[in-house]
Amino acid sequence: MTDAALNAAPRRLLARRAGLWRPLALFAVLLVLPVVFGAQADYALSLIERVMIFAIAALGLDLIVGFGGLVSFGQAAFIGLGAYAAGILAFHGFGDTLLALPAALALSALFAAATGAICLRTKGVYFIMITLAFGQMAFFIASSLAPYGGDDGLTLRARSTILGFAPLADERVFYYVTCAGLLGIYLLCRALIGSRFGRVLRGAKENPTRMAALGYEVFRYQLVAYVIAGAIGGLAGFLLANATNFVSPAYMSWQRSGELIVMVMLGGIGTLDGAIIGAAAYILGSEYLSQLTEHWAMLFGPFLVLVVLFARGGLIGLAARLRRGAR
Amino acid sequence: MSLLLLIVQTLNGLQLGVLLFLIAAGLTLVFGVMDFINLAHGVQYMLGAYLAVMFYTLTGSFLAALVLALLASLAFGLLLEFAVFRHLYERDHLEQVIATFGIILFLNEGVKVAWGASPLSLPVPDAFSGSVVLMPGLLYPVWRIVIIAAGLALAALLYVLVTWTRAGMLVRAGASNARMVSVLGVNIRRLFMIVFGFGTMLAGFAGIMIAPILSVQPGMGDTVLILAFVVIVIGGIGSIRGAFLAALLIGLVDTLGRSFSVDILRLVMAPSPARTVGPAIASMLIYLLMALVLFFRPAGLFPAKGRG
Repeated sequence: MTDAALNAAPRRLLARRAGLWRPLALFAVLLVLPVVFGAQADYALSLIERVMIFAIAALGLDLIVGFGGLVSFGQAAFIGLGAYAAGILAFHGFGDTLLALPAALALSALFAAATGAICLRTKGVYFIMITLAFGQMAFFIASSLAPYGGDDGLTLRARSTILGFAPLADERVFYYVTCAGLLGIYLLCRALIGSRFGRVLRGAKENPTRMAALGYEVFRYQLVAYVIAGAIGGLAGFLLANATNFVSPAYMSWQRSGELIVMVMLGGIGTLDGAIIGAAAYILGSEYLSQLTEHWAMLFGPFLVLVVLFARGGLIGLAARLRRGAR
Repeated sequence: MSLLLLIVQTLNGLQLGVLLFLIAAGLTLVFGVMDFINLAHGVQYMLGAYLAVMFYTLTGSFLAALVLALLASLAFGLLLEFAVFRHLYERDHLEQVIATFGIILFLNEGVKVAWGASPLSLPVPDAFSGSVVLMPGLLYPVWRIVIIAAGLALAALLYVLVTWTRAGMLVRAGASNARMVSVLGVNIRRLFMIVFGFGTMLAGFAGIMIAPILSVQPGMGDTVLILAFVVIVIGGIGSIRGAFLAALLIGLVDTLGRSFSVDILRLVMAPSPARTVGPAIASMLIYLLMALVLFFRPAGLFPAKGRG
C-alpha cells in the first residue's frame, strides 16, 4: 500500500492498515533493551518497566477514547484498584500471583461495571466529569484505608510469587513478564478493534443514533468496552504495585488520569501504537527534562501546547505528515 | 455539635460557595458559549493571588494591589486567549484539555520560578481586620464577611448583566446555540473575548480576595479548578443561575461535611472507626452528590435552553 492511500484512510483505521512494521519495531526494541543495557542497569530497566506499565493502561484508555469516543477522566482509579488489590492481599500474606492477579482484574472490572453503568447515561463533557467523580471517590476511599497506610500508602515486602516461587524478584524476569503483558494487551486490543464488537463500538462513536437504529444496543457495547478498559487498568496496577513494591492513593489522583489522556493524545489517538509511543514519549521525555532542569514543567507544558497546535494526530500523525512532506 | 459551630461553619460554607461561584461563572460561560474546556481557569485564580501579593509589596496598599492585579489578570487572560486559546475553539474537547493542561504545568512551575516555591501571604487590609460579634458568643472574621458580601454583590451584578442587557442576551443565546447566533450576524468571536476577559477577571478577583486567608502557593488553582468543574456540571453547563446555586450547595456540603461527618458517624459507629472513615466520606461527599445529580439529571440541574 502506498503512503498516499494510507493518509487518505481515516486515522482510526491507520492501526489496521499501516501493517506491522511499527509494532514489530516497538516490541523488538523492548525485547533487546535489557541486553543493550547490560548487567548493572536496574534503574534503566525499571524506567522502561514504568513505560510499559503505563502503556498497558494507555492502551485500555485508547480502546474507549480513540475507538469508543468515551473520554474517561478517571482511568487512574483502575490502576489504583489493581495495585491495592495486590497490595492488600500481600499485606495479609496472600502474595501469590495466581490469587492477586485475578483479584486485581476482578476488582477493577467490577468497579468499572458498577460505575460505567451510571457514567454511560451521560454524554460528552458530563461523561468526562462523572468519570472524574468516581475516580475521586476511589482516591478518597484509598486515602481513608488507615490499616493499609492511608495517605502514606503501603509498602510491599516482596514481589508477588508464582506458586510459591519468586521468579519476579529478578529484575530481568519481571521486565520480560511486563513486556509479555503489554504484548498480550496490545494483541487483545487489536483483535477487539478488528472484530464485530470493535466495529459496533466505532460505529457508536461516529453516530450512536444510527447504530441504535440498526438494532444494536449501544449502551451494552460501550459498557463492555468500559469494563475491558477498566480490567486492563487493573492489570497495569497489579504490575505497578510489583514494580515499585509500593501502593499509594497518589496512583489514583486526577492528575494521573490526566497524564494517561496526555499519553494517548501525544502518541496519536485511536491508533493503539500511539498509546505505547505516547507513554514512552511522556515518561522518558519528562525524565530527561527533569534531569536537565528542576523546572522541567516549564518546558514540557509549552511542548504539549505545541503538539496540540501543530501536530494533530500526535507523534504518529506528525510522522505521517513529515513523510508526506519529504516526498 | 453546637449551634454556634453550626452557624460559623454555615458562614464558612457560604464563603467557599461564593468563591467557587466567582470561578465557576467564567468557566461555565466560556464553556457554554464557545464549547471550550479551559483547564487553565484555575491558574488564573492562582495568578490573581500572586499578582495581588506582588502589587501589595510594591505599593503597600491593598486597594491599589486589587486594582492593579485585576488589570494584570485581565491583560494576561487576553494574552493567553490571543496566543493559544483562539486556535483551539474549533478543536475537539480532548485537544483543548491537553493544551490547557500544558498551560497549567507551565504556569504552576512559572510562579515557582518567579516568586519561589514557598507559600506567600497577604495581610488582611487594616479596615477589615479583626472579628466582629455577630451574636453573643459568636465572633466571625470581618474579611470573610467581606468576601461573602462581595461575592453576592457580584452574583447580583452578573444576574442583571445576563438577564437585562443586550450583551447578556447574546451570551444566553450563545450558550444555547452559538452557531445560530453567529449566523444571525453577531460577531461571536468578539462576544467571546468579552466573556473570556470577564471570566478571567472574576477568577483573578477570587484569587485576590482569598489571598489574605489562604497561603498563596503553586498549585493552589488545581483543587479549586476541580471543584469549579463539579459546580458547573451540577448546575448545568452555560447556566449562571445553576452555577450560583450549585456553588453554594457545594460550598455548604463540603464545609459542613468536613466539620460534622465524624460527629454524625459517631451516632452509628464506634469513635475510632468514625474518626478514620469520617474525613474520607467528607471529602467524597461532593463527588457523591455530583454522581447522584448526573444520575437523575444527566445534563445538570439547570441545563441551558436548547442543550441536551
